[in-house]
Amino acid sequence: MTPLWRRRTTRTQWLVWIGWLLGALAFAQSWHTIAETTEWDFVWDAPTQAADMLGRMWPPRWGYAPAILKPLRDTIDIATLGTLLALLLATPVAFLAARNTSPHAVLLRPIALAIIAVSRSINTLIWALLLVTIVGPGVLAGILSVALHSIGFFGKLLYEAIEEIDPTQTEAIAATGASRAQVLIYGVVPQVLPTFAGVSVYRWDINIRESAVLGIVGAGGIGLQLNASVSQLAWPQVTLILMAILGAVAVSEFVSAKVRAAII
Amino acid sequence: MTPEPAAAPSVWRKPAFIASAWVRWALGIGALVYLVSALGSIDIAWGRVAAGLPRGWRFVASFLAPDFLSRGDEIVDGLTESIAMTATATVLGVGLAVPVGLGAARNLSPRPIYLVCRSLIATSRTLQELIVAIFFVKMFGFGPFAGMLTLTFASIGFIAKLIAERIESVDTAPLEAIRSTGASWLQWVNYAIQPQILPRLVGLSLYRLDINFRESAVLGIVGAGGIGATLNTALGRYEYDTAAAILLSIILIVLVAEYTSGLIRARLK
Amino acid sequence: MLRLTGLAKRYDRSDPALAGVDLTVPDGEVVALIGPSGAGKSTLIRCINRLVEPTSGSVVLDGVDIAGLSASGLRAARRRMGMIFQEYALIERLTVMENVLSGRLGYVGFWASWFRRFPPEDVRRAFDILDRVGLAGFENKRADALSGGQRQRVGIARAVMQAPALLLVDEPTASLDPRTSRQIMQLIVDLCAERGLAAIVNIHDVALARHFAHRIVGLRKGAVVFDGPPQALTAEALTAIYGAGDWAAATDDA
Ligand SMILES: Nc1ncnc2c1ncn2[C@@H]1O[C@H](COP(=O)(O)OP(=O)(O)OP(=O)(O)O)[C@@H](O)[C@H]1O
Ligand SMILES: [Mg+2]
Repeated sequence: MTPLWRRRTTRTQWLVWIGWLLGALAFAQSWHTIAETTEWDFVWDAPTQAADMLGRMWPPRWGYAPAILKPLRDTIDIATLGTLLALLLATPVAFLAARNTSPHAVLLRPIALAIIAVSRSINTLIWALLLVTIVGPGVLAGILSVALHSIGFFGKLLYEAIEEIDPTQTEAIAATGASRAQVLIYGVVPQVLPTFAGVSVYRWDINIRESAVLGIVGAGGIGLQLNASVSQLAWPQVTLILMAILGAVAVSEFVSAKVRAAII
Repeated sequence: MTPEPAAAPSVWRKPAFIASAWVRWALGIGALVYLVSALGSIDIAWGRVAAGLPRGWRFVASFLAPDFLSRGDEIVDGLTESIAMTATATVLGVGLAVPVGLGAARNLSPRPIYLVCRSLIATSRTLQELIVAIFFVKMFGFGPFAGMLTLTFASIGFIAKLIAERIESVDTAPLEAIRSTGASWLQWVNYAIQPQILPRLVGLSLYRLDINFRESAVLGIVGAGGIGATLNTALGRYEYDTAAAILLSIILIVLVAEYTSGLIRARLK
Repeated sequence: MLRLTGLAKRYDRSDPALAGVDLTVPDGEVVALIGPSGAGKSTLIRCINRLVEPTSGSVVLDGVDIAGLSASGLRAARRRMGMIFQEYALIERLTVMENVLSGRLGYVGFWASWFRRFPPEDVRRAFDILDRVGLAGFENKRADALSGGQRQRVGIARAVMQAPALLLVDEPTASLDPRTSRQIMQLIVDLCAERGLAAIVNIHDVALARHFAHRIVGLRKGAVVFDGPPQALTAEALTAIYGAGDWAAATDDA
């Protein structure tokens, strides 16, 4: 008799099937949760709605352009200043969080990791919702919320980069009789500087996108005009705002890609 | 003993990163001018900030005494909706991202399909989720259905782009080896490409699951379902203890999800 | 003069990597340390400047017991010991000059090193040493733009820049071609002669060791099993160090 060949043993095959079954059940349950609260009439009507909306959106209302210049500039300011502030705050956090540079692995490292986890889990917009209630609506709330979410992003990527450095280079510096601080600036910083720069412009690019919607919750920038135009059903204005946002995003993406290419 | 030449210079300057002094100064001054004007253009209402600070403290303090109960039902409903949106959107997103990713890989698909898929990816990546959600809410009505579509759309762009890049950089030797066995196109993808991208696809899906959950928490702001609406209401009423409870739940779920996906990814390596 | 007494090291719960080594190296002497992989050569060298903490025993350099030093005392002692690595261990993204000047870090303060403002005398010496190791004109190149042999010369320049009394050299030629290897060994030996430095050189190439060292120490399982001039390194001695083998090629040379 020819021996049978199977990719998996019978037992693992069963486990795989059970896994798929559970996954399918979870999906069905989730779908049910959503379907329950959905007005299906609206859903079936969507194509008509979409066609109607798109029809109203063209042509853009060019005359509105001067009104969005200042908000557009605010949007870029929010992203830039927020990114800079985050970088300033995240650098020490990253050095505290990295196993090989943390001055105190039992006390300081968990604190740094907790800061990173909290900052990352809460989106920029949620930080904005919160900060608007504290410092009031406006650009300041936007900058702070961009910074508060970016700290976690920077902190995580930077401390991982610090943990991945070549230890013999730092050892060589330590062997010259250098102090701890000197080992840091000669042995560690040059190794992680390219990552720092790359991650910064990358995040700046993401933050431009994020700050474009911050105005929806009152935290400054062009999102405010977007929200207002949508609620007034001023579709030609919406088109113009979207075009402005897309332009800013495209430019920032181009700049960020160029800078990252130059660093490597 | 070799005599050392006496006339060695005693100054040395590190060569500048930007060689031309002119460009260096122009960039430096430009950056400074921008920074000053940007900082100057923030008009801070100090009175408002001062008035808000006690509230800020109240918020920090409420993290120590979060209130899960007063709005317990709403929190549970919101979180259930968020999780449901996340799960369905990730599954649909990954399912749709695979064909789009295949189509967007230069070494795999014909030019027209490539262009269509790439523009789809670009659109999905440039539009912030909240903007997409605004439109989907207008089209499909309020509720998690619009939110789910938003997350699906965003997942497609995210995953398809990275998958396409992975496919474009696969090891070409197996591709030729399998093709030379006379395999069909589908068999070829199944045997030569799938094994090379599957671990990455699984890793990306888990990562996106995580992102989708965090995003699902904001979509409620524009009425696209999930916990965001509850959070928005709580903050609007300055109910910081309820808000803290919601935020802690979000953080906890994100951490659990991250930890589990870390375990799964480690097992797949 | 360097004197090791009863130097022992045991990494957690394993067999001892060093089992009580006694060794005295007078000024100006170049000692080649040979032995099979895992014999403890790197451990010995690293115990001397305490990149690895010895478990017991003492290390005395010019009357100073290294083992008992505080953090700042250790830094001062490390300035007297230049270290040269197999994989060069240069800071890849810094210029050659910064790498050479980093040999002075133990002597200058933090802010001076932060702003790269080293004393003029240090800069002048750095240019001299670069010239001496054959890298005149390379000061503004980045370390990652150099070849292996050139990088090792920068590594040597960094160590000499410390104005050390002792060089600790861990397999300086293991990543280099045979000709460059000889040049590098020659350079190390010459510098030691010019400046009266003692050196301990870990090396796997017995022929190179014989040719360049004044004295050879054989290590096996953490203990010294041979200590003598190159001529005394017979086939029997090599068998004692490495285990049985055909040593014709290694003993013919030199
Ligand atoms: N950091 C460490 N932790 C635990 N054990 C170690 C460590 N470094 C070295 N060892 C062990 O100590 C012993 C001696 O190692 P060492 O590196 O000193 O040998 P070596 O003679 O330099 O070998 P090679 O010629 O391969 O470089 C080995 O058994 C090694 O496994
Ligand atoms: Mg070794």
